[in-house]
Amino acid sequence: MKILLSWLNEFANFGTDTETLSDALTSLGMPVEEVIESGSRLQGVVVAQVLRTERHPDAEKVHRVYVTTDGANELHVWCGAFNMSVGDKIPLATLGTTMPDGRQILKRGILGIDSEGMLCSAKELELNEDHGGIFILPSHLPLGIELFDALGATTDTIFDIDLTRNRPECWGHLGVARDLAAHLAIPFQAKKINVQAAPVHKVEINIASQDACGRFTATVVKNIAVRPSPQWLQDRLSRSGMRSINNVVDASNFVMLELNQPTHAYDLNAVSSGFRVRFALPQETLITLDGATRELDPTDIVIANGENTAVGLGGVMGGLHSEVTDTTTEIVLEAAWFPADTVLESAARHGLRSEASARFERGVDPFGAEYAALRFIEILQITCPDLVVCGSSQVVANDTCPQQLTQITLRLSQVLRVLGVSLSAPEVHELIGPIGFVVADQKDGNVLVGIPSWRPDCASEVDVIEEIARHYGYDALGKSVPHSPVHGRLSSVQQRRRLVHEVMVEAGWCEAMPNPFLDPFATRLAGIDDSAQLALVNPLVAEESVLRVSLRPGLLRAIAYNQSHRVDNIHLYEVGRVYPRGASALPDEEEMLCVMSVDSDGQELSALSTWNLLVDALGIGAQIDQKNPPAGFHPGRSATLRRGKTVIGAIGEISPVVLKQQGITGRVSCLELSLSTVLREEPKAVAAKTVSRYPSSDVDLAFVVPNTVSAFDVHRAVRQGAGALAVSVDLFDIYRGKGVSDDSRSLAFRIRLQAPDRTLTGEEVATARQKSIDAVAKLGAQLRA
Amino acid sequence: MTSPVPFVEQIAAVVDASLKTIAALTSSEEVAQATPALVGKKSALSQLKSSMGSITDSEERKSAGQALHAAQTSVDAALGAKKSDCEATEMAAQLLREQIDITEHLVSGTTRGRLHLVTQATQRLEDVFIGLGFQVAEGPEVESDFYNFEALNMPKSHPARSMWDTLFVESEEPGSVVLRTHTSPVQIRVMQNWPPPIYAIMPGRVFRRDTPDATHMPVFHQIEGLVIDRNITFKDLAGTIEAFTKAFFGDDFTSRLRPSYFPFTEPSAEFDIRRANGSWIELGGCGMVHPDVLRAGGLDPEEWSGFAFGFGIDRMAKERHNVEDIREMYTNDLRFLRQFSS
Repeated sequence: MKILLSWLNEFANFGTDTETLSDALTSLGMPVEEVIESGSRLQGVVVAQVLRTERHPDAEKVHRVYVTTDGANELHVWCGAFNMSVGDKIPLATLGTTMPDGRQILKRGILGIDSEGMLCSAKELELNEDHGGIFILPSHLPLGIELFDALGATTDTIFDIDLTRNRPECWGHLGVARDLAAHLAIPFQAKKINVQAAPVHKVEINIASQDACGRFTATVVKNIAVRPSPQWLQDRLSRSGMRSINNVVDASNFVMLELNQPTHAYDLNAVSSGFRVRFALPQETLITLDGATRELDPTDIVIANGENTAVGLGGVMGGLHSEVTDTTTEIVLEAAWFPADTVLESAARHGLRSEASARFERGVDPFGAEYAALRFIEILQITCPDLVVCGSSQVVANDTCPQQLTQITLRLSQVLRVLGVSLSAPEVHELIGPIGFVVADQKDGNVLVGIPSWRPDCASEVDVIEEIARHYGYDALGKSVPHSPVHGRLSSVQQRRRLVHEVMVEAGWCEAMPNPFLDPFATRLAGIDDSAQLALVNPLVAEESVLRVSLRPGLLRAIAYNQSHRVDNIHLYEVGRVYPRGASALPDEEEMLCVMSVDSDGQELSALSTWNLLVDALGIGAQIDQKNPPAGFHPGRSATLRRGKTVIGAIGEISPVVLKQQGITGRVSCLELSLSTVLREEPKAVAAKTVSRYPSSDVDLAFVVPNTVSAFDVHRAVRQGAGALAVSVDLFDIYRGKGVSDDSRSLAFRIRLQAPDRTLTGEEVATARQKSIDAVAKLGAQLRA
Repeated sequence: MTSPVPFVEQIAAVVDASLKTIAALTSSEEVAQATPALVGKKSALSQLKSSMGSITDSEERKSAGQALHAAQTSVDAALGAKKSDCEATEMAAQLLREQIDITEHLVSGTTRGRLHLVTQATQRLEDVFIGLGFQVAEGPEVESDFYNFEALNMPKSHPARSMWDTLFVESEEPGSVVLRTHTSPVQIRVMQNWPPPIYAIMPGRVFRRDTPDATHMPVFHQIEGLVIDRNITFKDLAGTIEAFTKAFFGDDFTSRLRPSYFPFTEPSAEFDIRRANGSWIELGGCGMVHPDVLRAGGLDPEEWSGFAFGFGIDRMAKERHNVEDIREMYTNDLRFLRQFSS
């Protein structure tokens, strides 16, 4: 919202200290985004007149222009533009003038002849973009006076403020000025307007649909002439971001920018039969002022004339055919109050957010119409001094808008409870009285507060307390730190999540954060079932239009990205949620860990090692089911992590088919794990076992194991065979090749045997060894010869 | 027959020979080899010792014994000295031989991995608030209209809903499921599930229908704070923001609140923090929890009061590390990620 200092100064004497005013606006909740100095403050450019021009034989591109600024003395100027004639009024930058671009006008000679100033184009003066020649001025301008004074141009300071939704009144300068004056304790005065009314011209007003309009006023003004507005008024509008149209439309917009009351001027001929305010009829259309034909909806507010023909879209925009034209001499001004929700929906439906609709949808003062009409007439009188006002505004109102001021009981105890400061009724009055709140002390610890009609957002006790706080000053309220009676800590799940991060980072992995929105086909292309995938209703782009059901597609994409940028040593992981369709309205969000790395051929599959680290750190476990390879993985190099029927993850190598599709080279190992499951499992504290003081014995056993039997199972068999005496069983060698058939490999284990309470006998060791061999034999593996 | 060489002279000759032998030794290995012949049971000195019994004259035997002892001592000493010398020389040679360039092993090597900048910032923020007596709450990222809007004092078609560009998820009842636009719905869930007093922070991922640019992402992260207790006032809000500012940014930072508007708090404020150099950074929004929100959370606003605050985590990370374009944090480019040790 653009707020002009010159306009504010019409309501109170705010002076010119823009920094103080900026700070004040910010501390009132109207943060100033930018302060713009508008209009030229250029001094030294005066109105001059061309006396004669003259060529110089040695100068081709310039000529000599003789001008006068007083009708008597002659000044000589070199000039590169040739568009002036004798007698033309032109702008002369006198010697010593600093131009907007910083240049200083000096006595500068060409061919030894001095120039006594510079003639200027409109662009050089930053009046407009015209650089086609010297700016030829209107001939009536008096000679010798400062150009900008002669043109009636103004300067101003514009505060570009960011308005919150709860301050509709600040969409008009009056509202900002009232708040600011109260804050700075400067006397504030709204203008008193007196307009002489002539004989009444009655206009029929009929609010046919009560819900469409709470208040409608019409004011007839005759004997006007449509013409341009004065420059200062045009400047006000353009600095506020609006275009000047003509004196009638401009007066209406001016009033809106000042008072936050949209009005609309109709040609009296179009609505001489009166006004009928109703909702739109089926199939009704209206051509709005912007020339567009609007197909109306039965919830659109329509202003119709007495013949029931639509002449305006209520609260949004007027109709083209009732527009004020150059030949209009009699007008009717509509100043009305429409319900915010209805205008909001109507403007949104038509994609037509006008200055008027933006104000109505936030809330306009229901009692502001008559004052706005008077102010309109006052402004119009500047260009139409002979206008005739045909009686005061005619008003029709109903209960759709408030018919009297809202009153709220404010408990002073509640002020203390919310703000932490104790205020008396007079103090409350002192704070919010100046911004229009009427405070009546009930002498029982309560005050009755009348809410000003321009504050429709203020509807409850706490709303009033906020106003008190605003004018007390947020800073002045002070600070205290509450003492938390709660023990600050992470939950067990949160601690274990951090542990997962620690494990991954210590092991050298980098955390990625891929987009949780995917292309609708990305999941399927990663070989993953996407039947539970949910779509966004209004995605930004099609490539990001579904919610992920797996973290794998995102990490695969990250790997492809890194490879395409020649990054190697790719070890990425993500901790994040997936959002598969659930039984209830919300998806079954699940927190997952996904670990992925690119491994060179023949190298360890590095993502696999992270499983052991996590098992160790989190104290978890799972069955490694190689018989049911997970979808999207290499069927011969992967396993499902499960507990009975519950799948908690997957481990192995990503399917080469998937990798090829993603354009990834090399082998990619992956671990996927449901953190939602495993983080919840807080392990019990481990009970200490005393380390045996007796000697231990090692037994090494190598088995020829068919490829179909997992090392996991052999390891378990060795351990179970060796029984309670086995303190550790380590797989220390895996051998494939000569001496071992192709469908098998040799797995060598070292068993360390030790008893807690004695030295083992040779017999005990031999028994344990034999039992291990027997247990492994049951799996179809033999002791290697 | 020649007269026998006097015993003492024999000793002298053995000592002489032994010392010569010792002097010629050049390594601890040679020392070890020579030792038995010099001082062992079969050494010349030992043999002389055993032949001492043949000396009949007690005076002569006494002086021979003394000479023999002296000889033994001198040979032992010479051998010991030789051994130490050789070992020292050899150790010096070994140390020289074993010299390596330590930096060869440091030029490149394995490093730890990296936490994402957002995770780093989140953990730092969590730790600061844990220190201030807060617990950490979590909630769903896909939310119902009720938690994301309605319970936060924004009934259906409330104009303030347009403050957030909402992404909707397909659902049986169109418009009823949204990607949460802020972490505030967790406030309601916490109020419904945790008995007050509540001192909680709620970090998490949030979503807006914003086209990505240097400062905006459609998917980003926020942290929300909620305090519900008896007699919590606006002063407590300002004091908590200030305490957090100092704990997180440093003692030379201060904070200020200025009026603003959110449907779920009243009075509402924006909070800014001031750097030591006097410049201000806009950080987030806050305010006293609106009575309607307390009611939606199942709490009686006449009994309980509280405040809430929230701000963006990504922006904190961006500020801290001078990341120019926030989109860079989400390319997952390892060259970017590896820069930031946790």
